[in-house]
Amino acid sequence: MELIYLLFILVLSIFLGFALISRVPPLLHTPLMSEANAICGIIIVGALIAAGADANSPLTIILGTSAVALATFNVVGGYLVTERMLKMFKKKS
Amino acid sequence: MNSEFFTNFVYIISSILFAFGLKFLGSPVSARRGNMLSALGMLLAIVATLFNGHVISFQWILIGIVIGGTLGALVALKAGMTQMPEMIALLHGCGALASVFVDWTAYRVHGATDLTNTITLYLSIVIGGLTVTGSAIAWGKLSEKITGKPILFSGQKWLNTTIITAIAILGIMFIINPSRYDLFLIILGLSLSFGIFMVIPIGGADMPVVISVLNSYSGIVACTTGFVIHNTLLIVVGALVGANGIILSIIMCKAMNRSIGNVIFGAFGNVVKKTATTEKKEAKSIPVEDAFLILENAKSVVIIPGYGMAVAQAQHAVRELSELLEGNGCDVKYAIHPVAGRMPGHMNVLLAEANIPYDQLLEMDAINPLMDTVDVAIIIGANDVVNPASRHDKSSPIYGMPIINADKAKTVFVLKRSMATGFAGIENELFYYDNCRMIFGDAKQTIQALVAEFKSSQH
Repeated sequence: MELIYLLFILVLSIFLGFALISRVPPLLHTPLMSEANAICGIIIVGALIAAGADANSPLTIILGTSAVALATFNVVGGYLVTERMLKMFKKKS
Repeated sequence: MNSEFFTNFVYIISSILFAFGLKFLGSPVSARRGNMLSALGMLLAIVATLFNGHVISFQWILIGIVIGGTLGALVALKAGMTQMPEMIALLHGCGALASVFVDWTAYRVHGATDLTNTITLYLSIVIGGLTVTGSAIAWGKLSEKITGKPILFSGQKWLNTTIITAIAILGIMFIINPSRYDLFLIILGLSLSFGIFMVIPIGGADMPVVISVLNSYSGIVACTTGFVIHNTLLIVVGALVGANGIILSIIMCKAMNRSIGNVIFGAFGNVVKKTATTEKKEAKSIPVEDAFLILENAKSVVIIPGYGMAVAQAQHAVRELSELLEGNGCDVKYAIHPVAGRMPGHMNVLLAEANIPYDQLLEMDAINPLMDTVDVAIIIGANDVVNPASRHDKSSPIYGMPIINADKAKTVFVLKRSMATGFAGIENELFYYDNCRMIFGDAKQTIQALVAEFKSSQH
């Protein structure tokens, strides 16, 4: 049952994604891509659980900590660079 | 159970904030607010996860966050706007690698719990692995650490087929016997190597497609990882990012009149041979002083920038020229081809950086019906995207590609270093048209010379 419930979420999210993203104008496609990178950093929630799961196995610690670092890189880098780009778009005064 | 409920409740709020973040990107007016909301959603999700009872040790988490956060901030604040495509490629790779590591830990700690878990774990490390190395190669090509030309060797197709077959066969073995850690490692290794072989034969001109495809892969990996660790938020976000990559890939492919399969599997460099011009034609050049006289009398000017403009760092000089033209009572617009930069929307960012207002930037479909009424079209560092051969010459490799109809303008100026061909290596017949004049030299210096002419005429 768990699987069908996850698939349900997946299918609806795909529709939501297509509906939202097809409305973004080509003007903003680069910030859109970096925004996508930033939210893709949501893998950090998986990484946090992984890094905090087992303090005894060196492999798990290395993998978990690296995953946290990489995901944080995406979150911080993605949002900052998007903000930097969006700040530059100005209308004719 | 209670903390589980709380975490999932916060995940719903995060999903809503992410969705609004993307919705607000629909207009440059609301886009920054959207980015803020999205970041807030991320913060909530992180805090909620940390409060969840499953997290035991915080010291390693803190180390990871500090390292990743510092590097992320440094790179994001230092990267120039021309370097955006390689920055994005880097982020794709990091996201995918984080997913692979999460899958790996989940497998080591819990093992493969059931069939669904094993299959999604397998898909996750395959797509994740090839996204990691594929992005690394794309990053190398975009930052010119690796040659932008397609890297081809004999037996390439044979090698790729072997790797794919091996990944498939080992995958079936792994799904039948999920406790085989050795199979897990071999599949991961093969997927990593496949990512390299997948991207090296793709040329620099096709990078906008590659970046978009890798973007959708990074989303799909987040999704499959969500199935592996049973995390709904990962599935939602993965689907959003996956959809994003797919839409952008389709847009880029349409703009180049190619299919995705053709980009990934048929290296462009193979097909295209320099089409020899049978008749010797002479392109007419014009000195800057004469070009100025034409521009001074122009009522409407359309500037068509290509990546060459960014390479010459001519954006700021271009803005100065367009302001002078406007002061002279001339209407100035910019025509942006979807593949004008190195990634979707890249040219708009480069022009925005030079303080060119975004309402002056017109998409190809918006400007083409107006081209007949334009006095002067100035082409700066663009080539293939204005080649009229795509409309009528069936033998041309770019036949059918949508272009900006620069040739319809009364006069066309082409700013170019020499008569060398563009990315695709194709001769551009526009240069030999009667209404076309070449202005040879460095684009930035040429524009600056035009600016100087305008200024001296005003005194």
